[in-house]
Amino acid sequence: MDITMNAASKVDKPPIRTRPWVASIIIVLGLFLILFGMVSSILSGVANISYETIWNALTNYDVSIDQHTIIRELRLPRALAGALVGAAFAVSGAIIQGMTRNPIADTGLLGINSGAGLALVVVFAFFPAIAFEYIILSSFIGAGLGALLVYGIAYLSKGGLSPLKLVLAGVVVGSLSTGLSQALSLLFQLNYDLAFWSAGGISTADWFQVSVMMPWIIGGLMTAMILSRSITVLSLGEEIAAGLGQRTKLVKALGTIVIMVLAGASVATVGGVSFIGLMVPHIVRFLVGVDYRWIIPCSAVVGAVLVLFADIAAKLIASPYETPLGAVIAVMGVPFFLYLARKERREL
Amino acid sequence: MSTTLFNPMRRKRSIKLVIFFFAVLVALFIISLNVGRYSITPMEVLQTLFGNGSKKQNIVLFDLRLPRMIIAVLMGMGLAISGAVLQGISRNALSDPGILGISSGAGLAVLLFVSFYPSNTLAPPFLMPFLALIGAGATAVLIYLLSYKKGHGISPTRLLLTGIAVGAGLSAVSIILTLQLSPRNFEFVVTWQMGSLWGSNWKFVIALLPWIVILLPIVYWKSKILNMLSMNEHIAESLGVSIHRERLLLLAAAVGLAAASVAIGGGIGFVGLLGPHIARRLVGPQHQYMLPITAAVGALLVLIGDTIGRSFMEYTEIPAGIVISLLGGPYFIYLIMRAKA
Repeated sequence: MDITMNAASKVDKPPIRTRPWVASIIIVLGLFLILFGMVSSILSGVANISYETIWNALTNYDVSIDQHTIIRELRLPRALAGALVGAAFAVSGAIIQGMTRNPIADTGLLGINSGAGLALVVVFAFFPAIAFEYIILSSFIGAGLGALLVYGIAYLSKGGLSPLKLVLAGVVVGSLSTGLSQALSLLFQLNYDLAFWSAGGISTADWFQVSVMMPWIIGGLMTAMILSRSITVLSLGEEIAAGLGQRTKLVKALGTIVIMVLAGASVATVGGVSFIGLMVPHIVRFLVGVDYRWIIPCSAVVGAVLVLFADIAAKLIASPYETPLGAVIAVMGVPFFLYLARKERREL
Repeated sequence: MSTTLFNPMRRKRSIKLVIFFFAVLVALFIISLNVGRYSITPMEVLQTLFGNGSKKQNIVLFDLRLPRMIIAVLMGMGLAISGAVLQGISRNALSDPGILGISSGAGLAVLLFVSFYPSNTLAPPFLMPFLALIGAGATAVLIYLLSYKKGHGISPTRLLLTGIAVGAGLSAVSIILTLQLSPRNFEFVVTWQMGSLWGSNWKFVIALLPWIVILLPIVYWKSKILNMLSMNEHIAESLGVSIHRERLLLLAAAVGLAAASVAIGGGIGFVGLLGPHIARRLVGPQHQYMLPITAAVGALLVLIGDTIGRSFMEYTEIPAGIVISLLGGPYFIYLIMRAKA
């Protein structure tokens, strides 16, 4: 990594600190860990399963063997959903942090997840028999409204947008939509479901959900990659970006749509999980530097690994009961948040 | 300075407003008494209050609605004053026991008790505030320590961010605990967390009353010190205030008020934020004038929230906490937009 930094300083350009080598190692290692995590995730659980059984279930599927059915119908979609959702939350966090130039940003903390949650409660209350394809769409709308509200508050506020104000705006938008969700769930008696949903968990993910959300998330991640260069420029500051000829409004609008899709699809599948989008981009930025062309793919990989292993922990901690995924992640995320609150510096 | 500190105009205005709010409170109280599944007209309310009601009216008024509304008033005052004190000592107008995570700490302690002694849904009412106090106090200490930085002291921004982070952690723990409860306890805990005043009876009134009666006068008595603390540490110090002791005492009072209120009424947010703000707009920032108005506004808010929550639907109630956050959220958004930092 020192070599690349020296090279950058020789060229005498404005130093965008970046370490492609580290990033490449992270991506390769991460992909390997994702594979390892998915296998571990399939192995872990109440029913005992061996490596051979996994192989057989994939290559030589036999419906009459229970373990094959468990692998194909329960554990594999769950592992896939975990990886996808982890990547989606992490990348949406990276985009928000880059666009708002704000270190303490995450779809959970900014109330975007609870906006999606509110939309889901509305759908459950008024159209209980609706299919997942449409549920996921309503979740996009909810996430979008949450994001617009938070941005709106930030945009209209005096003296611009400090990290504290953004977080506070997120807290209010979050508690407003949670309040509305709770009121609705009381009126329609969805209370218990809502509690499980807001705790976050992948245990209910099935093939159908995975097949519906996968194209959205992969599309979102690819769009994020296309935008990554512009987000790097935007993260230098809006004036600089505009000075470099960037259409900042367009980039921001597209970025918001990506966030909406990624967060919305994830929330519809696993519920409200915070902190992934806060932690992962910070760790990645620390390792690979400030170029979003590397931050975004690395965040996707690291986020997937994080959620895969957190979900395994969620299965094992209080086995045979499931611990909510959101709580497992929060155990790591809260100290991280505290650390950022202590630093209290803009460093993007 | 002295002209603003001891302004006879403001004093008069403050007294007038207190009388006005008291009248509104009484009116609302009587209206609220006749709202609910069993409707009683205001005249009948008065008759029943003076001892001439039917048996059913007596039960509904004295055993169900009256204690519940007294609790609403008491906890409204408690939360609002707690918020005013926290805003004063942290020198940040966006502080509130809910946002700082103190209410979550109080809630978690009560929740822990419920999950370890699941046989009795409710701890003895008088015990609840003490349990909550342990949780809220521990949380306050934790936030204070975590946001303290050597050489820099405590910055208001860091205090709030730390509070939000700690609150998020506490609510994650609460979620794990809640999901392991039996369905019956689950219903109770969830509605309690949302700030319903369900199941209020005279025992709860008696459990909450001493906290409010003792702590409110203490805070009021310290209002001039609050004035100094909320201006600037250095000014306060040069005026001979021993900052650390006073701040700690006031913090303890704020934590006690919030803990007792949350233990009895559940997690009601935004009252600690709205009460002081409305009061400040009406009579200015001097605590000796602003605190009584804050208490009155807080009481009104919770009472209104509870009344709306009860009258909204025929067959179910919406907890006061939800109504208040739907009313208070937009106002808080407005405050954030105006705030400088």
